[in-house]
Amino acid sequence: MANKSERRDLFPGALEMMILQSLRLAPMHGYALVKHIQQVSDDLLQIEEGSLYPALQRMLRERWLEAETGISAKGRPTRIYRLTSAGLRHLEQELSSFEQMTTGISRVLAFART
Amino acid sequence: MPRFNFSRVSRSFSRRRRYDDLSISIEEHIAEKTEELMEEGMPRAQAEQAARRAFGNVTLIEQRSREAWQWSALESLLTDLKLTLRRMGRSPGLTATILITLAIGIGANTAIFAVLNRVVLRPLQYPHSDRIAALWLDAPGAGGLANFSNGLQLSPSMYITFSEHNQTFQSMGIWAPGTANVTGVAHPEQVRTDLVSDGILQTLEVPPQLGHWFSQSEQDPRGAKTVMLSYGYWQRRFGGDPGVIGRILHVDAQSREIVGVMPRGFRVADRDFDLLLPMALDRVHQKLAPFGYDGIGRLKPGVSLAQADADIARLIPVWMDSWTNGPGTNPHFYRVWRIRPNFLSLRQQVIGNVSSVLWVVMATVGIVLLIACTNIANLLLVRAESRQHELSIRAALGAGRARIARELLLESVALGIAGGALAVGVADAGLRFLVASGPASLPRLSEVSLDARSLLFTLLLSVFCGLFFGSIPVWKYARGGATLAMGGSSRTATVGRAPQRSRNLLVIAQTAMALVLLVSALLMIRTFAALRSVEPGFSDPAHLQTMTISIPNTLIADPLLVTHTQNNIAAQIAAIPGVTAVGFAAAVPMDGDDPNWDEVRVEGKTYDGGEPPLRLFNYVSPGYFRAMGTRLVAGRDFTWADIYGLRPMVMVSENFARESWGSAAAAVGKRVRQFSSTPWLEVIGVVEDVRVHGVDEKAPAVIYWPAMLKDPYSPTPAVDGPNSATFAVRSSRAGQQDFIDRLQQAVWSVNGDLPLASVYTMQDLSNRSMARTSFTLVMLAIAGSMALLLGVVGIYGVISYTVSQRRREIGIRLALGAQKAELRWMIVRSALVLTGIGVVIGLCTAAGVMRMMKSLLFGISPFDPLTYVTIPLVLAAAAAVASYLPACRAAGVDPAEVLKAE
Repeated sequence: MANKSERRDLFPGALEMMILQSLRLAPMHGYALVKHIQQVSDDLLQIEEGSLYPALQRMLRERWLEAETGISAKGRPTRIYRLTSAGLRHLEQELSSFEQMTTGISRVLAFART
Repeated sequence: MPRFNFSRVSRSFSRRRRYDDLSISIEEHIAEKTEELMEEGMPRAQAEQAARRAFGNVTLIEQRSREAWQWSALESLLTDLKLTLRRMGRSPGLTATILITLAIGIGANTAIFAVLNRVVLRPLQYPHSDRIAALWLDAPGAGGLANFSNGLQLSPSMYITFSEHNQTFQSMGIWAPGTANVTGVAHPEQVRTDLVSDGILQTLEVPPQLGHWFSQSEQDPRGAKTVMLSYGYWQRRFGGDPGVIGRILHVDAQSREIVGVMPRGFRVADRDFDLLLPMALDRVHQKLAPFGYDGIGRLKPGVSLAQADADIARLIPVWMDSWTNGPGTNPHFYRVWRIRPNFLSLRQQVIGNVSSVLWVVMATVGIVLLIACTNIANLLLVRAESRQHELSIRAALGAGRARIARELLLESVALGIAGGALAVGVADAGLRFLVASGPASLPRLSEVSLDARSLLFTLLLSVFCGLFFGSIPVWKYARGGATLAMGGSSRTATVGRAPQRSRNLLVIAQTAMALVLLVSALLMIRTFAALRSVEPGFSDPAHLQTMTISIPNTLIADPLLVTHTQNNIAAQIAAIPGVTAVGFAAAVPMDGDDPNWDEVRVEGKTYDGGEPPLRLFNYVSPGYFRAMGTRLVAGRDFTWADIYGLRPMVMVSENFARESWGSAAAAVGKRVRQFSSTPWLEVIGVVEDVRVHGVDEKAPAVIYWPAMLKDPYSPTPAVDGPNSATFAVRSSRAGQQDFIDRLQQAVWSVNGDLPLASVYTMQDLSNRSMARTSFTLVMLAIAGSMALLLGVVGIYGVISYTVSQRRREIGIRLALGAQKAELRWMIVRSALVLTGIGVVIGLCTAAGVMRMMKSLLFGISPFDPLTYVTIPLVLAAAAAVASYLPACRAAGVDPAEVLKAE
């Protein structure tokens, strides 16, 4: 937040993709998701809460996720998000189109450099 | 552990649950963050603060997260609606008043619309019914014969000529309603029949439910004798047995094979029947006359009624060239009648003049609803005034005009729709009442129901009402916006002019509309009274039993035996205790039946154009007039000796006697005859005029033949009498079931195959002829009294509100020495001024409206002075009473208390 201006905006759908991918490993609650993404990206990516929770609700509405009552790592009641089969399908689609896109982009960038 | 079916449960999550989940997640998130920060060594309070700061605006994030689930515009509308409902709940009295007013107002409109929709707007239930024409002929030269609702009906020879030579019709046919006796079952039963020629079923194009239509060979007089059943008769008599085709039914002592069953709801034009019989016209025996059949035809696609008119007009000379009325008659005589086609759509003919009644009633209930809406607008205006503070604060805080307008409108539309929902119940009850009690002459009434179109009408009307009564406060307050002083009103002595003026306008409008309705109601009441006071030509109709007995040719062929049978039945009935007089005739007044129309020549009189006008004929038995209570003005009644002696005698109505010989007494002994070939008939008696076609129609001149006579139409000597006779029985027990049972036994004691039909008291027949008037009357009277009541409430509401607003001013006036009586008068006067303006506007409107209602009035001018004086007085009195109560309250104001309260 403080270093917001230094950071590049994520492209549309990137947040969703990362959330889905993270939840594919294991169901987790909101705070855990933030932590997980932060750690896995070696602090390169920091999820804003202001984006996370609306995104989670949108994904619940699309039925990519399910929320269930659970207990956080610290023993407090919270909601655990779990990937649904629809979410998994969506993730696979997104990943393949993302891969195509990065391949395309890197080819263009590689060509420009030569 | 069985796997919990998680997704199904999650889908059923309510939105509230979702929101709770969200809050819990976020709370936990912050708590965990705080804990982490504390683990790094931060004190709790600081950690919590940092965590919250890092998270951002919790409320905003929650809000944005929730928006994933909602459509934001709708959501805020729902919030407004919730607020509105809460506000309504806080003033249940006001809300209930508004809802009840709306339920009644919209309900009445829905009910009448449902009737109008079914009866007038909907097409008839035949395929492509817009192409079906009623073959209506005008014959301005035919005198009385073509004067009634059917124009000149067709003769079979016309049908044959027209159907063979026309170029504009795909098919056409003629039909006639009738009755027949069905025997060979437990009890002989008289049923309603429709006699149909070839072409009728083809024109209506409704396929049978079972079997087939009459074939060409079944329409041949020498072909197989067949019959078709209506759905209702099939269900009633045969329990819906599909094996009914091919069975034999004895109709008028003739065995007929059942060849088909028509589907439920099928009618010929608007006639509900039990049996369809083929007309089986015999070409050989047809003459130019008689004109007793309704014609319908299906136009070829793309052909207009005007083209069909022109086509058939061309065929009328062909018809006169092709047929004759017998040797020695001039087939071109009918030129005098100036017959010309004036075809209508079948729908137009079926609806007839009912649509004008229905439109009047629709307009009436519409006006009542308008009055109700102005009342509601007034109530809402008062309430909006009391919310003035709140609204101006909100405007000052930045609420947009549109937003405030939307909220006010939302409130009124919500009221409108809630009222509309209740109105469906009211309309349903109203329709049941209407169908049960509506005039029998109202066509298609049985088809009426609350269909989708009526419900849509209700919805639109509800929304419209809501917008209408809501727009008045909106126009006043949303427009005023922040200019309304926020704090200044408590010191103002009296309300500003503007809101008062709009309330006054509403009261004026209400008074004007109430006046219009009351004037129409009173005119209808006077019409009804005029109808009741008409001398119908018979007396004490409640104690006059009528019933029809038809003796088919196939049962008794000899006319003399028919008359004997009728005579015996009359004698048997006369022997029943309590019967004071009995007689019979071919038709009784107001039963909708004209036995015959023909020319009659008075001895020694010459006629313009050589041809006398057509007159109505009836056949009467001795004692018929005594039983009916029709006064004998001069001469004497027939005797049985006259009848069996076939004496050339006739009786006439008083108006015919006056027209022909100057007075009733002068008529006795004079002679009339029909044609130059028929013998002279001596007038032996004159009876008073009878309103044969209903109390609101002038009494026609009638020639009364004896119940049996030498047939004037037969070239060879023959006797003739009516096969179907309606008996008139005078008894104090008329209409009681045990009495009717006794009559049936008396008839069976003469012949066991004869059923009773059309069993009514004369009162029933007379009421039926006034049904249209009484229906309109009841509707207008209800609407008028509702309008008066609503108007009084409106005036009371406005005046008492004004008084409450002017308490301070009144207190000051009293303190300065105003007289209480003067004060009361001042307030009553203000109400009278408003009423006066309303009355003037209303009178002008009423005069315009009444001109349109003229056809519904009888014996009274649409500008009846009594009505136009009475109603304004009634309204003024009502206004005085309605304002007197608040005036007294004003005079009772204690000046000291009012001024202290400042």
